[in-house]
Amino acid sequence: MLRYALKRLVSLAISLVVASVVIFAMVEVVPGDPAAYMLGINATEETLNALRDQLGLNGTLLERYAGWVGGMLRGDFGTSYTYRTPVAEMIGERLWISLPLALFALTLSTAIAFPAGIWAASKRGSLVDTSVMGVTQLGVAIPNFWFAMLMVLVFAINLRWFNAGGFAGWDAGILPAMKSLTLPAIALALPQASILARVMRSSLLDTLGEDFIRTARAKGLSKRQALWRHALRNALIPVLTIIGLQFSFLMAGAIIIENVFFLPGLGRLVFQSISARDLIVVESVVMLLVFAVVMVNFAVDLAYAVVDPRLRVRA
Amino acid sequence: MSFLKLGAASALAMLVAGGALAKTDIVVAMQLEPPHLDPTSAAAGAIDSVLYSNVFEGLTRFGPDGSVNPGLAKSWDISDDGLTYTFHLNEGVTFHDGTAMDAEDVKFSLDRARAEDSANAQKALFSAIADVEVVDPATVKVMLSEPNGNFLFNMAWGDAVIVAPESIENIKQMPVGTGAFKFTNWVQGDNITLEKNGDYWGTPAKLDEVTFKFISDPTAAFAAVMAEDVDVFTGFPAPENLPQFEADPRFQVIVGNTEGETILSINNKMPPLDNVKVRKAIAHAIDRQAIIDGAMFGLGTPIGTHFAPHNPDYVDLTGNSAYDPEMSKALLAEAGFPDGFKTTLKLPPPSYARRGGEIIAAQLRAVGIETEITNLEWAQWLEQVFRGKDYGLTIVSHTEPFDIGIYARPDYYFQYDNKAFQDLIAELNKTTDPAMRTDMLHKAQTIISEDYVNGYLFQLATATVAKAGVTGLWKDAPTQATDLTAVYWAE
Repeated sequence: MLRYALKRLVSLAISLVVASVVIFAMVEVVPGDPAAYMLGINATEETLNALRDQLGLNGTLLERYAGWVGGMLRGDFGTSYTYRTPVAEMIGERLWISLPLALFALTLSTAIAFPAGIWAASKRGSLVDTSVMGVTQLGVAIPNFWFAMLMVLVFAINLRWFNAGGFAGWDAGILPAMKSLTLPAIALALPQASILARVMRSSLLDTLGEDFIRTARAKGLSKRQALWRHALRNALIPVLTIIGLQFSFLMAGAIIIENVFFLPGLGRLVFQSISARDLIVVESVVMLLVFAVVMVNFAVDLAYAVVDPRLRVRA
Repeated sequence: MSFLKLGAASALAMLVAGGALAKTDIVVAMQLEPPHLDPTSAAAGAIDSVLYSNVFEGLTRFGPDGSVNPGLAKSWDISDDGLTYTFHLNEGVTFHDGTAMDAEDVKFSLDRARAEDSANAQKALFSAIADVEVVDPATVKVMLSEPNGNFLFNMAWGDAVIVAPESIENIKQMPVGTGAFKFTNWVQGDNITLEKNGDYWGTPAKLDEVTFKFISDPTAAFAAVMAEDVDVFTGFPAPENLPQFEADPRFQVIVGNTEGETILSINNKMPPLDNVKVRKAIAHAIDRQAIIDGAMFGLGTPIGTHFAPHNPDYVDLTGNSAYDPEMSKALLAEAGFPDGFKTTLKLPPPSYARRGGEIIAAQLRAVGIETEITNLEWAQWLEQVFRGKDYGLTIVSHTEPFDIGIYARPDYYFQYDNKAFQDLIAELNKTTDPAMRTDMLHKAQTIISEDYVNGYLFQLATATVAKAGVTGLWKDAPTQATDLTAVYWAE
């Protein structure tokens, strides 16, 4: 188990180094001068130069890369060009919205998908199964931003149960804050839950067809007992993979949903920073997201080994 | 329990207020969030939209109609040679941190803006200043190197507001001005709050609390207004939704003018666009009203030169470039392009450019001019088009007030180089006599119109959607500002 974990750690480190080089190169290659963007069309050349100096944009690429990575290793993410505040502080603030939102959505999608998938698998071919499959098909097909707008129309504009967007702030209390995250979380969770339910169902059906389930049934377990005691745990591997991928998607992919609900999260920060050429923010946020994704995958790898002892041995 | 308490408290507050039930707080939404809160070191209009006149004030200030009124300076004397301006400051003015605003602060602000290492985005506003001298705490003398007819106008810009040396260090996060509202808090990415300045030197604000919210997505903007999450949305980004608000008694729609001349900019140095006949052909190929209807849902006024139609010195020259595709084709043939030609059309993100661009491309195709459309982000546009001058045509709204002077800059991105025009503007800048200025401005508008420097399209309109009871909002936008100092809720 330890060797398995170590091996995973090495590949994790390599991914991070490669990612840092790629991110830096890509962001720096994008055309557009941050100083020119900030000062607009009436700026004089000397003003632009003065600002570039202030921002430290006049160094060579290698110097700036070294400065960036070195800073991050010390926990210093630099200072935003436009906002002029430390990037770490900005990320921290935004994370307090994006992380709870992702967790909320993940909880919702798991809470919907598990029962639905298990139920459908246990009643294969029945009306329940057909309707779960039908509904999830729809859930996968509907774009989540469109579903989000629809929810705003119904619950915010017509029924007035929710605000159309914005974030109440954690200072306002847990309930108002969670309330402002509810519609976005549902919008994010819907397609995820649909995919997860379908994976859960088919994985469970595969496992139910395996020899060891027949053996379990032959020993006298009811279908239900066999499913809960033996099949479910074995069916979890693909489900875990999907959950891992989904979490990364929820962290990084919430940009559109954050725009629809004008939530000041990480996704919107990246979006704004790209158009304002706030390169240091883009680099640091993307790097942080890569780090989160790599860490989640690492955790998923470890979870595989927990649910499936064969993986521990093979490694 | 806490709800009960809150209810009781507010009921009590209402009783105490003695029936004055009108709301005194307001939520104002806009699309763009300021990058930081120093109007004197960035071009971002969003900074002025939140802070101009509300938090920061200059020596002079823009009124709702674009006129230049006294601000922190209650009056001024101009020497006969036009070189010395003596400003008499209002007395008893304090900054929000309690320190006094006096002549030293004015000198500090002006010197800072024109300094070598200044990051002021409109440094040219201050270029005429030779020296600033403190006479006494309430009097400051500004010496110019040459007469400047625009000087008082220049001092009204958001980039020329008066700041204090004591608070300049943290101005980007914690702006300290002299205005009727004080800055209280900024939740980055979401909102900025201001509160009434109880010690304001002038007419106090009627509102107690103001929240600015930033909603960039047009669909979200529509939802936020409909759900009554916000009370006012300035610069409402979805003109297609306006009729719906107009029909709804809960809302009022205010459509006004901006200083934005929206033009099809032409690279005057790039063949064949360097030929005036070709530019004239382009001007006659464009159906302005079709663009206004198609791209702006009818909002906007056609223009025939680079000047705001609501300005008293405006001349209507739309006739010079009336829609006439046949004439356009004839002009192209005359210029040696009977089969038309091909050029680039580079479009920045705003919808006037993206939607307008598609329509213009179709209109130009009808006379034989093929355009290759490229969509650019602002940063790319600034680099490629504005600085690199690597373009044939582009569409952009020039939102700076009174900016006809850009045509006198041969290195500006249109690359229009006309000595006669440059001399005229130089002369204009020195002239302070109103009648002579009017005459010169007429001449200037006519020259660029007849030279077909650019395709003049329309004056950008601005739409504000507000709850029915909100009173005192500016209709027009003579500068990028959301002046809330006179806003209140009517019963």
